[in-house]
Amino acid sequence: MSADPYAVGHDEIELPHASMRDYVIGFVLSVILTAVPFWLVMERPFSEGATAAIIMAFAAVQIVVHMIFFLHMSPKAEGGWSITSLTFTIIVVVIMLAGSLWVMHHLNTNMMPPHDVSQLP
Amino acid sequence: MTPTPLPATDPIFGKLSLAALPLHEPILIVTFLGVAVGGLVVLGLITRYRLWGYLWKEWFTTVDHKRIGIMYMILGLIMFLRGFADAIMMRLQQAMAFGGSEGYLPAHHYDQVFTAHGVIMIFFVAMPFITGLMNYIVPLQIGARDVSFPFLNNFSFWMTAAGAALTMISLFVGEYAQTGWLAYPPLSGIAYSPNVGVDYYIWGLQIAGVGTTLSGINLIVTILKLRAPGMGLMKMPVFTWTSLCSNILIVASFPILTATLALLSLDRYAGTNFFTNDLGGSPMMYVNLIWIWGHPEVYILILPLFGVFSEVTSTFSGKKLFGYTSMVYATVCITILSYLVWLHHFFTMGSGASVNSFFGITTMVISIPTGAKLFNWLFTMYRGRIRFELPMMWTIAFMLTFVVGGMTGVLLAVPPADFVLHNSLFLIAHFHNVIIGGVLFGLFAAINYWWPKAFGFKLDVVWGKISFWCWVVGFWLAFMPLYILGLMGVTRRMRVFDDPSLQIWFVIAAIGAGVIACGIAAMLIQFGVSIWKRKELADESGDPWHGRTLEWATSSPPPDYNFAFTPVIHNLDAWYDMKTRGHERPVDGFRDIHMPSNTGTGIILAGFCLAMGFALVWHIWWLVIASFAATIAYAIFHTFNYKRDFDIPAATVAAVEAARTRQLAAGA
Repeated sequence: MSADPYAVGHDEIELPHASMRDYVIGFVLSVILTAVPFWLVMERPFSEGATAAIIMAFAAVQIVVHMIFFLHMSPKAEGGWSITSLTFTIIVVVIMLAGSLWVMHHLNTNMMPPHDVSQLP
Repeated sequence: MTPTPLPATDPIFGKLSLAALPLHEPILIVTFLGVAVGGLVVLGLITRYRLWGYLWKEWFTTVDHKRIGIMYMILGLIMFLRGFADAIMMRLQQAMAFGGSEGYLPAHHYDQVFTAHGVIMIFFVAMPFITGLMNYIVPLQIGARDVSFPFLNNFSFWMTAAGAALTMISLFVGEYAQTGWLAYPPLSGIAYSPNVGVDYYIWGLQIAGVGTTLSGINLIVTILKLRAPGMGLMKMPVFTWTSLCSNILIVASFPILTATLALLSLDRYAGTNFFTNDLGGSPMMYVNLIWIWGHPEVYILILPLFGVFSEVTSTFSGKKLFGYTSMVYATVCITILSYLVWLHHFFTMGSGASVNSFFGITTMVISIPTGAKLFNWLFTMYRGRIRFELPMMWTIAFMLTFVVGGMTGVLLAVPPADFVLHNSLFLIAHFHNVIIGGVLFGLFAAINYWWPKAFGFKLDVVWGKISFWCWVVGFWLAFMPLYILGLMGVTRRMRVFDDPSLQIWFVIAAIGAGVIACGIAAMLIQFGVSIWKRKELADESGDPWHGRTLEWATSSPPPDYNFAFTPVIHNLDAWYDMKTRGHERPVDGFRDIHMPSNTGTGIILAGFCLAMGFALVWHIWWLVIASFAATIAYAIFHTFNYKRDFDIPAATVAAVEAARTRQLAAGA
């Protein structure tokens, strides 16, 4: 951004500091967070529901790892805009997912049971 | 259920053949002849007066936000005439088709007309109009040289234009969707819409959606990063605030539309079952997803116009805006709340009482910040010296009209009432009431208000008033009958009617549409007359309305670089503040100004995307691959273009500013 010639004269933006160390930590964490779910699915040490829940949790952590180590997001990055837009994104995504699940659950419950084609005379 | 095998397609032309030309529809033949003759005349005149080079160099490849803004407005105007032609056709059909008469439109054609009308008016009229407006005004209001990403701006415009072009091609090659403007499955699925209409719909919107999303990002970054020094967020003009919120909504909601349409196209092209009736698909999921985009969309359209009304009311009342802070918070509240109401578009789908009451209440809550805005405008006018110029007239017409639309909206938000009114003409009357009374009246206020800034002369008042009265009267004539019909239970999208007692209402509505047509004609004449009399109507001052915000500080039209020196802001109404403090225009000490260079990449890339969209519609796979590869290759090629910027020498700036000094002295 600060390379943008038209931004001259406006407040300079601090570029995120990327270091080799950050990338290595991020990479190792990502590999672990990806490998464990694979192992869970292949070996099945837990029940189906628990496995699914753990994989979802690992995915959520993975998102955070990517944001911190690869996208270099922090409360101070970009003068606070980065965390503000993240908060807004989370609000919208939560509204969308929670709302859709809620709405679709009710719709499904209220629907007539599906006709099983094989049972029809 | 066995999947229907795709019909064999030609390796060269895909599904395209001569049968795709609508030679059996006389209306389309006549239209095509009209368009072809008109188009040839325009092309001939451009060639005759050797304007191609000028158009290419100065307009098509421009990265100047002002010219791109004007091109958006022209695109919106052209598409508006098409969308209105569809409206007139529907009104005529419904006024005629009584007592056994089939009217003049066969069902296949009529269904395309109402679909195209909705799609065009929202995506290719309202969206280009508000994007053009924001493009032109926002950088000037915040004291910037251009938007943050000038090339991206040009590319966004051409992607929007390419989407519009693809939609227009469907008129003469093949057909358009016959599904209604949101293309609900299963009707829009391959089983019930096996032809290309829905594909035109999908790819037209996907291509234009790229442009819309990118321009949303561009304007957000511009507003957050390029404000003049001293302009904190709470010193931003209200129009810039509402534009910011509108663009945030664009960036947050258009990806949902893109994803939903992508799933629909997978259903249609790849045989998946996301939204089919069988094999676990759920058409209700499509309805749910599309309205998560669709409801924010209506606020995307109206918010910038709320900003326009704020600027106009404040300027023409000669007072600062009443309750600026509450106006900003109301806008932000609407931005968040607009994500919490989408289900009110399908109360009747059967989510049950608890879900419906939640969304009914959130919908009613949204009327509170909107009402706060209205009171702010009224209190701004209170004890002001109101000048009834055209922008102010449109604003007052908006206030009176929009309140009725808002109240019928709250009525529809009550789920039990909605069960009676859902899908009826009452709904049609409601949303035309808020979109015409809010968005269009706002645009007309904005055009009359900022035209002198863009072109250096005011618009003709006489033709403006004729247009105003035709529009306002025509609107009430055209849509009040629809409220009545809706209350009597008439549903939308009907082609023929049995009950003869309804006919009179449709005839009145058709007359209303005719009066609106006069309003449109008067507006076009107004533009023509004003251009003809531009010497008499000229504005030398750059500030014809005694404005309060920064765009009036520069000349009309503004120079390429907008401001020779970036202004420093001390107060909310920056220009009013500068005027009262006796601000002196700097007349020397100019420096070189760094500017972005024009580039043809935007129009070329959009051209490839248009070819790809057309090829996808007709299953011409070689062309899909070729145009996709060309798009990527050309985009990479563009990154090697290092001639991206240039400097306007200080001497040129000094000459332009000296001419401005003389102009101001002559006017004083």
